[in-house]
Amino acid sequence: MIKVENLDVVYGVNETRNHVVRSVSFEVGHGETLGIVGESGCGKSTLLRSLAGLEGGWTGSVHFNGKPVGKARNREELKLAQMVFQDPYGSLHPRHRIGTALAEPIRAMGTGDGWSQVSKALQQVGLPAHFASRFPHELSGGQRQRVAIARALILSPPILLLDEPTSALDVSIQAEVLNLLADQREERNLTYVLVSHDLSVIAHMCDRVLVMQNGIFVDELTKADLRAGTTHADYSRELFEASFL
Amino acid sequence: MPDRDMQPVLSVRNLNVRFGRNAIAAVSEASFDVGRERIGIVGESGSGKSTTGRAIMRLLPAKASITAERLDFNGEPLLAKSEKEMGRLRGKDLALIMQDPRYSLNPVLTIGKQIAESAKLHLGLKGRDALTHARHMLERVRIKDPERVLKLYPHQISGGMGQRVMIAMMLIAKPKLVIADEPTSALDVSVRKDVLMLLDELVRENNSGLILISHDIRMVAAFCERILVMYSGRIVETLTSLDDARHPYTRGLIAAMPDPRHPVSRLKVLDRASIEAEIAR
Repeated sequence: MIKVENLDVVYGVNETRNHVVRSVSFEVGHGETLGIVGESGCGKSTLLRSLAGLEGGWTGSVHFNGKPVGKARNREELKLAQMVFQDPYGSLHPRHRIGTALAEPIRAMGTGDGWSQVSKALQQVGLPAHFASRFPHELSGGQRQRVAIARALILSPPILLLDEPTSALDVSIQAEVLNLLADQREERNLTYVLVSHDLSVIAHMCDRVLVMQNGIFVDELTKADLRAGTTHADYSRELFEASFL
Repeated sequence: MPDRDMQPVLSVRNLNVRFGRNAIAAVSEASFDVGRERIGIVGESGSGKSTTGRAIMRLLPAKASITAERLDFNGEPLLAKSEKEMGRLRGKDLALIMQDPRYSLNPVLTIGKQIAESAKLHLGLKGRDALTHARHMLERVRIKDPERVLKLYPHQISGGMGQRVMIAMMLIAKPKLVIADEPTSALDVSVRKDVLMLLDELVRENNSGLILISHDIRMVAAFCERILVMYSGRIVETLTSLDDARHPYTRGLIAAMPDPRHPVSRLKVLDRASIEAEIAR
């Protein structure tokens, strides 16, 4: 479903040159959930943003569904992958009602005004339809993240890119959002790339995990590895030990 | 000295905190004692855990009304103290470590100046002595190149380093009680462990009491001798180990956390109706 080859991201030039993602390659199968784990600054979010088409400065090749996609995306390419961000407080326009936010992707794609799909999209993520007339500040953090997921799903993309989707939430709310993501994955046969610093969330959601450090993958773990606590690199062992005090 | 250990550093009975005319109390009827031990307060956002910490420090805004049958620190009632007396107590005997070092350090002063200020205030040191002490404290919190770090500004250091600087500043006066409010939430997991270990080591060495406020029940359980679980402003349970959890809220909270060693296909979510029913009983 996703094929990435020799992806590089470099910021700045000369003294300020910062090689953030160093020639990484990976593939994600159809319906698979790939986890990427690492510390802040390891390049995991930059990698995901490059896949989403939000970073302009990458080199290498990215294929979605067998077709190569470039830095500038056309509408068809944008419909293939949508993203959910970490901070539900920052990712919704504070002065747009929830309905406007949800209808916007459809309007932007030029396929209608989108209003007819709003109430269905809200109900699919477990929110009442009348939330469409609310503003983001009238919702809790977990409800806002549900709206962000609904907005990403409204174009029915086969791929969902998730950047720390539950880091800003309480554990009890995190459980609800992770369950919602798992249900949607099953229902729509979605492919996920989930970036997180939290190994327990990654282990719960993912079929396969890549451990990232300083812009490269240092380890690859399967679900069985995670369950047994097996690691193949020093860094991932450290990360494992630190995660489960 | 066993008899000194017997007397709690902090004794709280029926603490109530209310904001303005709000009908719902932020903290209601909270009672606990803290000796020279490490206790944890866990709960979700809005459960009143941070408000409890701030009420002890008397750092809540003026619109908050705090009432308590007893709020004694070292045998003296905190609520009877004037703002000036509290000012003398804060930082010296009662220390607060907050979540994000980026906001709790002064951005326009160097790290050295800020730690030295603490040494000047609480130890009465002057000029060069204060700075030497600051460097010594940086060594104590295991910062590799203290001479260089002393001259840096807060934006030039990492989050983990910033939190170590905060710990160094707080512990310079050897406080009797340290309140750490989410001290590691803004840090990476790999740094989190180091910071907690360091806090633990220094608190033990000074023989201080520690209140660790966090949303992470597993981390608190690994670190503290006793855990107070808060839900909607009330302490619903006091635990020594997570296995003893009886209250549906605590059990729900533990079950809601993904555990790689016990994988489940669906995570349990809190059944708030049954929790409310349990509390009403």
